[in-house]
Amino acid sequence: MTVYDFYLFDRNGNCLYYSEWNRRKQPGISKEEEFKLMYGMIFSIKSFINRISPKDVHDGFLNFKTSKYKLHFYETPSGLKFIMNTDLTVGNIRDVLQQIFSSIYVEYVVKNPLTELGEPITSELFRTKLDEYIRGLPFFTPKSS
Amino acid sequence: MAIFSIYVINKAGGLIYQHDHNAARPEVEKTFSYPLELQLKVFDDKIVVAFGERDGIKVGHTVLAINGISSEGRYLKDGRDILETVAMEENYPISIKFGRPKLTTNEKIMLASMFHSLFAIGCQLSPEPQSSGIEILETDTFKLHCHQTMTGIKFVILTDPKQAAVDGLLKKLYEVYADFALKNPFYSLDMPIRCELFDENLKAAVEQAEKTGQANV
Repeated sequence: MTVYDFYLFDRNGNCLYYSEWNRRKQPGISKEEEFKLMYGMIFSIKSFINRISPKDVHDGFLNFKTSKYKLHFYETPSGLKFIMNTDLTVGNIRDVLQQIFSSIYVEYVVKNPLTELGEPITSELFRTKLDEYIRGLPFFTPKSS
Repeated sequence: MAIFSIYVINKAGGLIYQHDHNAARPEVEKTFSYPLELQLKVFDDKIVVAFGERDGIKVGHTVLAINGISSEGRYLKDGRDILETVAMEENYPISIKFGRPKLTTNEKIMLASMFHSLFAIGCQLSPEPQSSGIEILETDTFKLHCHQTMTGIKFVILTDPKQAAVDGLLKKLYEVYADFALKNPFYSLDMPIRCELFDENLKAAVEQAEKTGQANV
């Protein structure tokens, strides 16, 4: 049980925040390229699901699993995208991502008059609060390696 | 509890087999009076609902028929333009049938190659070394299971989120593919599968899985 990394995108595809904890493989491209690739993948998955789904979608994309990791996705109605990579044993963490939005993003970014919306988040307070919250999650236990 | 559809994708991302098993798409018919409270727009050469969900009609639904005359792209079968027909007051009251658009063969081919690249990106962005591509993709309406064989062929199954025993079915499909497509002397590799036996056995396997999946829950 562990958390690898966390991405926050705005509705235009800008990466507002990125942080990693126990990530063991870097993709071999610059961070900027990686963010674009990640956003492109999420965007395509959303459109893919909308078209291929046999029924009407409400929440749409929730998560995907590979043999090594699980990517969790939550999108707010305003288009903010919260993405968290964890290992496979973690169940549904939609409420966790929702919590990050409502009690960390809204509290320390939206309510901070100095932050420009749509720009990467530089607030040290946000960084500490998020780090604290994620380190406090029951499934956050770093792998010994 | 249901299996919706099966896709087989070759190693280049081409769709070589597709079967819809249980993919009934919702349809709603309703009689409207002037003016129409829905907003329609042209998207992808179809008329879709842009705004105004009501009575089971959802944003994204296309116009399937007007007064019983079915639609063909932006026009009705009798040649009238749908947007013009809907805008004219003398046509009311009007009965319009809406539903999720059926996927055309071209769209299925496009979706298959789209999944092929998503699979590869999912593997590249992995935070752990030696990850595979997407194996299970979950949404609120369906679950996608994918099994990639050693030779690069992907078997993709769309099921209900609660459907059990899909892993077994994926293995079974590979077996059916090996037995009835690969051993068919008239089948050329990486080309669309048109083998009757493959078809029959695949359908039997899907029905079997659906039944046992139900029994297990």
